[in-house]
Amino acid sequence: MFDVLEKYDILAAFWMTIKLTFFSAIGALVIGTVLAIMRVSPVAVLRRLGAFYVNVVRNTPLTLIVFFSLAGVGIVLQINLVDPNSATSLRDNAIRWAMVALAVYHAAFVCEALRSGFNTVPLGQAEAARSIGLTFGQSLREVILPQAFRGAIAPLGSVLIALTKNTTVASVIGVAEASALMKVIIENETASVAVFLVFALGFVILTLPVGLLFTSLSRRLAVKR
Amino acid sequence: MASIRIDGLTKVYPGDVTAIDGLDVTVEDGSFFALLGPSGCGKTTLLRTIAGLEEASGGSISIGDRDVTRLAPGDRNVAMVFQDYALFPHMTVTDNIAYPLRIKKVGRSERAAKAAETGEGLGLSALMARRPGELSGGQQQRVALARAMACQPDVFLLDEPLSNLDARLRLEARTFLKRLQKDLGVTTVFVTHDQSEALAMADQIAVMEAGRIRQLGTPSEIFRRPANTFVANFIGSTPMNMLPGKLVGGVLQVGALEGVDAVAAGWAGREAPDGEVTVAFRPEYARVDGKGPLVFEGTVETTESLGASVLVTARTDDGQRVQVVVPEGEEPEVGAVVGVAPASGRVLVYDAEGELLSPSSSVP
Ligand SMILES: Nc1ncnc2c1ncn2[C@@H]1O[C@H](COP(=O)(O)OP(=O)(O)O)[C@@H](O)[C@H]1O
Ligand SMILES: [Mg+2]
Repeated sequence: MFDVLEKYDILAAFWMTIKLTFFSAIGALVIGTVLAIMRVSPVAVLRRLGAFYVNVVRNTPLTLIVFFSLAGVGIVLQINLVDPNSATSLRDNAIRWAMVALAVYHAAFVCEALRSGFNTVPLGQAEAARSIGLTFGQSLREVILPQAFRGAIAPLGSVLIALTKNTTVASVIGVAEASALMKVIIENETASVAVFLVFALGFVILTLPVGLLFTSLSRRLAVKR
Repeated sequence: MASIRIDGLTKVYPGDVTAIDGLDVTVEDGSFFALLGPSGCGKTTLLRTIAGLEEASGGSISIGDRDVTRLAPGDRNVAMVFQDYALFPHMTVTDNIAYPLRIKKVGRSERAAKAAETGEGLGLSALMARRPGELSGGQQQRVALARAMACQPDVFLLDEPLSNLDARLRLEARTFLKRLQKDLGVTTVFVTHDQSEALAMADQIAVMEAGRIRQLGTPSEIFRRPANTFVANFIGSTPMNMLPGKLVGGVLQVGALEGVDAVAAGWAGREAPDGEVTVAFRPEYARVDGKGPLVFEGTVETTESLGASVLVTARTDDGQRVQVVVPEGEEPEVGAVVGVAPASGRVLVYDAEGELLSPSSSVP
């Protein structure tokens, strides 16, 4: 059965999964943090906008968002995220749009994870910061966010694991990540159960350390009150 | 250092809750000032409004010569110590103390020196590298005080400073706070619902009810001559004795006793309209041996030990309950008939509105 697998570049496919995960995780963290700040800000309009984003995105299937990104925004609106004249432009465009879609989708979950972190910070912390003379921005940066992130580590770990597995959805717009390759192999070869197990193992190898790392981080960085 | 002047201050919360109701008070420079009152009377709101954490709905607050009513909390040069201390749990003790100085753009080495010096003054030297979660309640309180002191504010505001400490530490912290305040000489306002705390620590006490000050005075004035029946009922570890009486032609009648000698009652007979009055005296300021010019006869119902003294509860023939605190070992038997005699000069007379009729000074 291993000679079957040798015909395919499994490592390259998983490398694509890792790249998708990495870049969309960074995007999701940035967008999610902005959303979370909007949702706790004193400005009602921002709070409502943040809540609207989270509710819409969280309740839309990821497949739709990924498909809509490339087909709706990328192709119909003619927005290219790569140099259209390069040889691999079509393929790379799909990859970039997949990353954007994954980031946009998971940002909603990052926002909710951070919000649960914000909830671990007592109201008194913001007041103490205010009475010392910190501006809203300063107290957010120096007092609230450091504590909120620590309180959000465990749920953020869950979001990252979900994101890793959700990269498989990128195959609907033709991104050659691990699950796309698995489908190809299963169609072409006979040992489908074994192939399935190999790919499942691959995902476990990616996500298990993430889970362990975040659990230990959340324990080590926990805020003692 | 500065005095605090509050004029006609009003605070209305959303939903039409009037927490502070046209309040006037002046806190003298350098004094240790207690806001005392039952839960919900607006103490915390008043303190937070002085700090700038709540916006005043009306009136003004001045600190020193500055009107701070509309200033942000950080611009008022006040330091608040929160009930739960609100230390920053992700920072060390040093950083907690030095952090406000960083906001004030004090240089790094100067900050560290100031934090070390302040910490040392409060006995925190060995703990400077720890985080708040690794400190006991009493130590956390000292860090909170150090954080407040390091900024050298004009005014300290303390919300229930002792309520998070266990009973034994509380007594220690009382003494410590009082000494610290005297050493620093900084005007300090603290909130408490515990009258013994206010009586023990404060130079001046404002007793509050429903967003207003009912009496302002020194602990001894408030304890000895409550200005109204609200304060009289609120102050004291045992409840004040309150008996219905009457003024007829300027002469006091209490229960079966008629024409009680005005001097005996310690009541100099201010020109007061005839009518219903309340005659009050503290259980601590009465005896059961019937020796005195004003004596209520009663039968002892219960005796309760207070430790070094005993609380004797008796009922008079016309059904009034009177209580007396007597030294341990001198309490009468239950069922005995005793003559309850308040000490002369310690009897207070309140009019039908509950305001004190006795002259507020010159106790005979
Ligand atoms: N944020 C708030 N919103 C609405 N009402 C409040 C708020 N804070 C306090 N109150 C009300 O104001 C009154 C005074 O409260 P507070 O100042 O906390 O009293 P105290 O500290 O004397 O117990 C209470 O009736 C309380 O319910
Ligand atoms: Mg309170």
